[in-house]
Amino acid sequence: MNYEPVIGLEVHVQLSTKTKIFCGCSTNFGASPNTQTCPVCLGLPGVLPVLNKDVVQRAIETALATNCNVVERCIFHRKNYFYPDLPKGYQISQYDMPLGENGWIQIKLDGKVKKIRITRVHMEEDAGKLIHSENSEDLRSRVDLNRAGVPLLEIVSEPDISSPEEAYQYLVSLKQILEYLEISDCNMEEGSLRCDANISIRSVGESGLGTKAELKNMNSFKGVQKALEYEIIRQEKLLGKGEKVVQETRLWNTDLNRTESMRSKEEAHDYRYFPEPDLVNIIVDKEWVSKTRRSLPELPQARRDRLKNEYGLSDYDVEVLTMDKRVADYFEECSKYFPNCKMIANWITGDVLAVSKDRKISINDLNVSPKQLGELLGLIENGTISGKIAKDVFQDMVCTGKDAKQVVSEKGLVQLSDERELVSIIDKIIKQNPKPVNDFRSGKQNALGFLVGQIMKETKGKANPQVVNRILKSKLS
Amino acid sequence: MKHTLTAHELTKLLISRDVSSEELTRAVYEHIGKTDKQIGAYITLTKDTAIEQAKEADKRIKEKRGVAPLTGIPIAIKDNMCVKDVLCTCASKMLNDFVPPYNATVINKLRENGLVFLGKTNMDEFAMGSSTETSCFKITRNPWDTNAIPGGSSGGSAAAVASDQAILSIGSDTGGSIRQPASHCGIVGMKPTYGRVSRYGLVAFASSLDQIGPLTKDVWDCAALLEVISGYDPLDSTSLRMDSPDYMSFLNKDIKNIKIGVPKEYFIEGIDKDVELAVKGAIKKLEKLGAIIEEVSLPHTEYAVATYYIIAPAEASANLARYDGVKYGYRAKGEGVDNDLLGMYENTRKEGFGAEVKRRIMLGTHTLSSGYYDAYYLKAQKVRTLIKQDFDKAFKKFDILVTPTSPTPAFKIGEKTDDPLQMYLSDIFTIPTNLAGLPAISLPCGLNKNGLPMGLQLIGDYFDEGKILQVAHAFEQSTDFHRSKAI
Ligand SMILES: [Zn+2]
Repeated sequence: MNYEPVIGLEVHVQLSTKTKIFCGCSTNFGASPNTQTCPVCLGLPGVLPVLNKDVVQRAIETALATNCNVVERCIFHRKNYFYPDLPKGYQISQYDMPLGENGWIQIKLDGKVKKIRITRVHMEEDAGKLIHSENSEDLRSRVDLNRAGVPLLEIVSEPDISSPEEAYQYLVSLKQILEYLEISDCNMEEGSLRCDANISIRSVGESGLGTKAELKNMNSFKGVQKALEYEIIRQEKLLGKGEKVVQETRLWNTDLNRTESMRSKEEAHDYRYFPEPDLVNIIVDKEWVSKTRRSLPELPQARRDRLKNEYGLSDYDVEVLTMDKRVADYFEECSKYFPNCKMIANWITGDVLAVSKDRKISINDLNVSPKQLGELLGLIENGTISGKIAKDVFQDMVCTGKDAKQVVSEKGLVQLSDERELVSIIDKIIKQNPKPVNDFRSGKQNALGFLVGQIMKETKGKANPQVVNRILKSKLS
Repeated sequence: MKHTLTAHELTKLLISRDVSSEELTRAVYEHIGKTDKQIGAYITLTKDTAIEQAKEADKRIKEKRGVAPLTGIPIAIKDNMCVKDVLCTCASKMLNDFVPPYNATVINKLRENGLVFLGKTNMDEFAMGSSTETSCFKITRNPWDTNAIPGGSSGGSAAAVASDQAILSIGSDTGGSIRQPASHCGIVGMKPTYGRVSRYGLVAFASSLDQIGPLTKDVWDCAALLEVISGYDPLDSTSLRMDSPDYMSFLNKDIKNIKIGVPKEYFIEGIDKDVELAVKGAIKKLEKLGAIIEEVSLPHTEYAVATYYIIAPAEASANLARYDGVKYGYRAKGEGVDNDLLGMYENTRKEGFGAEVKRRIMLGTHTLSSGYYDAYYLKAQKVRTLIKQDFDKAFKKFDILVTPTSPTPAFKIGEKTDDPLQMYLSDIFTIPTNLAGLPAISLPCGLNKNGLPMGLQLIGDYFDEGKILQVAHAFEQSTDFHRSKAI
């Protein structure tokens, strides 16, 4: 029998607000344990939460960017469960009245565009973190509550995703949107973006849903894809044998590349949601929504369209340049200093991104500003240096942070275009190489390449290749 | 006998510097030393810091710098409000070593006004009870009859004021926990409008019902203390964003043509005959003072107790989840517990909480659980709205509603401890105002045949504490009930 998977994703993203969602503590990552805490996020007796308005602002932005309907009145609920990283014994979250509902985002796979519907976008607080001792003499676990109360958005998709590749593309597209909104650094390894997946399979053509498994513990987009691939095969095997899929939570084991059942005791939760009495209704009036809509930054799709039309770039260039907002920003900034946009695009998609990938740093931390890149390309355009030399100059700039002009003049790399000087060098080479000269005159075209090579060697690569070609050809004809 | 005076009598003596706050404070402690063995009002006394605070108040008065109406007056604090660096137990084994690192907003306000903190008073465990008998430490006795309960849950605060072991005190009221003990101890107790006083730093029992308020010897003191503690607090999202009026300006006014409603549902079968007579006498008195008295119906009153015992335990079950032995407070130890998280949770909560608290946690956990939520919690919220609407309707016509505070005077210690339902019914007249969020006061309206005090409850419209104080003060000034002393 042929099966098809039905997949829905739940993404949790940490918002990069300055302070936590219900208190004034900092949200910075990496501080020593429990130093970014106060009575409120420690859940001490008697404290009360006060909602950080900035969180609501970011939530509205995200809801709008994912085409959700922003509801006028929403509330928080308490989600009750016991765990040592949860200081109050409940998480303040949203339940049946989330801030955003009924949205969608677009994904692209193999050139085809597909809409994935978004069920909801809601706000909640993060829990703390357990630190388990790795020392066998000391089996205690410790609790770090720096993360407790860091604002999270939960973005839930409808089960519209029908393959692990689509799931991957969905995550890429969603991450792109979140990055364009600058609401999170979306770092899955640091846990600022987390993804759980619900997956079931059904016979092709069937409309009902099979029993789903919830997959957790994936720490990269590729991990999500692999976990789904594994799970599809596992469920297919079960059904093939006439067995049933059990509804359960399964953890992705990165080392063994497989999903494993979580003990059922831990997942048998009745969260006993009820409206949070310590907080009042969140009212988002139409004016707030329209003001936010007006102030939204350009989103990935709009930017792709614009880059294509405004700069006449190819689909490929646009795709690569807009993958990361910072790269697109870099491109546009550079274009203020250098008019040939195709050439900028070639350089960014080529040398610039190669270096950035190589050094594992963002394009902004590259030591070469868009202005500096523009100046470098200007030197190629006006013939000061050749494109080949420019590649070396760029590497130099990355290492030293110097301007292109400075590198070129310090290393004496200015291109030799002076005809009189070149003529005397060319004459010398012709004299020294009678055989290649004759070869060329008798029709062997490669001989010309050899002679040009000799001239470049003589000038340490600085000779202007176009000028050399022109003079050489006229001398030999 | 300085400690037997009211705050407004003492304020005059402090300002004229006939008495110093330090002398007064020492006198109160001396009296506590003699009396509290018998009464048991206090859990913790903070004499050293109190003397420091009193000296500072004296300095303020001497230098005429930052003197407020209650500067230098000693006050007792219910043991469910956080005072930085002072034990805050909620009368529970669970918190018997908990020392908060911060001040409740009311505590800051009291300190800014220069009041002197005597100590923390006994209460029902986590404010769950009507007799102060669920305290894990001790019972508190009624100063009028030491075989009787002082009421609860703010029983320690009420008994402290009634026995002159404090000039003023503050308590918290979730279903009557200020008014009922005030009634039983023959003093004045007020629950302000929900949101009038910040809850920040009040250890939560039921968040949508809890409200801090004054327990005092008379209405003037009540108004003065309310003025100190009320006001918007950015740390409490449910606190009212409005300025508090000048409560003192409502005192010493007549009550001619004030319309007072008498809800017929509050004069039910089972109400103590003496209480009924006293309250009816009080109503006659109000009429004589010029008020217009009329009967009114609050038809959903009979559902109030049931509604309350769904909503309050539901919220409590979540509010008390943080007491899990992980971060502070009591933690169970022993085999099968030390290396097992679930075992640690279970034993900590089994051993750390008393029976009444566990009963309510179980009730609340049950009513919130899936499959029961709609039938209990959601329905209770709907009834709560109906109860509110009853009051809204009544206040379209009336300025004040008058009722007994409690159906009976103080009952005997141990009388109802085995019968939770009977215990719950002692709050039958105070619960509806918590559900509605309305302000209400209890003030003395006579003694029964055994010499036990009885309370009159005045309920006002939202934000209308002023009118309550006006009527209460007029009533008080025309009677001598507030002058009777327990000891
Ligand atoms: Zn904090």
